[in-house]
Amino acid sequence: MAKMIVNVEVNGELQELLTEPHRTLLDLLRDNLSLTGTKEGCGSGDCGACTVLIDGRPVNSCLVLAPEAEGRRVTTVEGLAEDNKLHPVQTAFIEEGGLQCGICTPGMLISAVALLRSNTEPSEQSIRYAISGNLCRCTGYDKIVRAIEVASKRMKANAAIASH
Amino acid sequence: MRAFAYHAPASLAEAVAILRREGPGGRVLAGGTDLLVQMKERGTVPRYVVSLRAVADLSHVTFQTGRGLVIGSRASLTDVITNRDVRERYPIIVESAGLVGSHQIQNLGTVGGNICNASPSADTAPPLIALGAILRLHSDQGPRELPIAEFFTGPGRTALEEGEVLAEIIVPDPQPHSGGSYERYTPRQEMDIAVASAASFVILAPDGTVSHAKIILGAVGPTPLHARAAEAMLVGKIPSGGLIEAAASAAVSDARPISDQRGSESYRRHLINVLTRRTLTRAIESARG
Repeated sequence: MAKMIVNVEVNGELQELLTEPHRTLLDLLRDNLSLTGTKEGCGSGDCGACTVLIDGRPVNSCLVLAPEAEGRRVTTVEGLAEDNKLHPVQTAFIEEGGLQCGICTPGMLISAVALLRSNTEPSEQSIRYAISGNLCRCTGYDKIVRAIEVASKRMKANAAIASH
Repeated sequence: MRAFAYHAPASLAEAVAILRREGPGGRVLAGGTDLLVQMKERGTVPRYVVSLRAVADLSHVTFQTGRGLVIGSRASLTDVITNRDVRERYPIIVESAGLVGSHQIQNLGTVGGNICNASPSADTAPPLIALGAILRLHSDQGPRELPIAEFFTGPGRTALEEGEVLAEIIVPDPQPHSGGSYERYTPRQEMDIAVASAASFVILAPDGTVSHAKIILGAVGPTPLHARAAEAMLVGKIPSGGLIEAAASAAVSDARPISDQRGSESYRRHLINVLTRRTLTRAIESARG
């Protein structure tokens, strides 16, 4: 099948990528751009390991055909840190032990960041609901939930300091 | 996935022209959350894919009194769930769309796709049938409208004809003194598929009697099913606990469940009784305001 060009913004940089229609956005990220932070788990939209943001919304990149990403803005786990400084959610995951094997972590981080953008003071229940499409087979989720709680409090405190 | 030709037309007219020109073996792509899984795992090998991505005017969710709610077939489940008019006027649609998959799936998947995929357990189908939704279908012969109640013909099968595309789902204006409710049963709270589900929708007359009742059962037949015996039992009567119990029992006899890995036939019948009772009770409460 004929190759085609897909224009997509990934982590703030415009990319012009050569691909085939039957490849996925996940393939584009990992194979064309070597952004291997985003993982493939089930490949069928159940596990959430491949979660990235498209135009700010979390989606399963394994279920997006590469050409469907045309003109969209994609954020992967590699795009969360700013100026070489980890995102507060990433720091909290490290401090609270919110990961073990690490395969689900990039997707978890993306879902957590998406939640905290729309809800700065999430309850435990809304945190659990926000990550319900991200499966973790190691942690039992408690430390992930705690890490997101810690991150939300710290981000709120930082925002309060910044506004003074 | 196997290779296929990919088309991303900029208009509906162009989309249906491609379908006519290319003929059988094509699939229409909206959100892709069902189609890609079928292409990866279930041996679906389309010769070509027509993506609705670039088609203008298919992602809208609009409400206008007198015209009802119009959901474009490319609007995501999230677009529908977060729409203020849908939240205010059609809570039953929000309830059901919010149960489909995860946030990630809701951000990609569409109500249109949930309907066209025609799974007997599709969560958005029973409420839309109960509300009397109309589907606007387009082909190169022009548009036609079909009540959604007549759309489902079997598991994965619909009344869509070769070369036809779902363009819009139209839900009539909310009626005064009406109420609806949807509930499904799943062993897990999230990321699961209904073992059985029920949608109830009622309109009450000024004297408090039921003037209109729709009870639609999901995942207990090859398509969503009308619980006609239960509906007939309600109309013209003042709702009471006893009447609701009787209607719930009648709904069980309208169900045609199978036994599979999600649940046995008898368990599904039990669920239909419980889910009909609960949804009917809530629908009547909300109709009474």
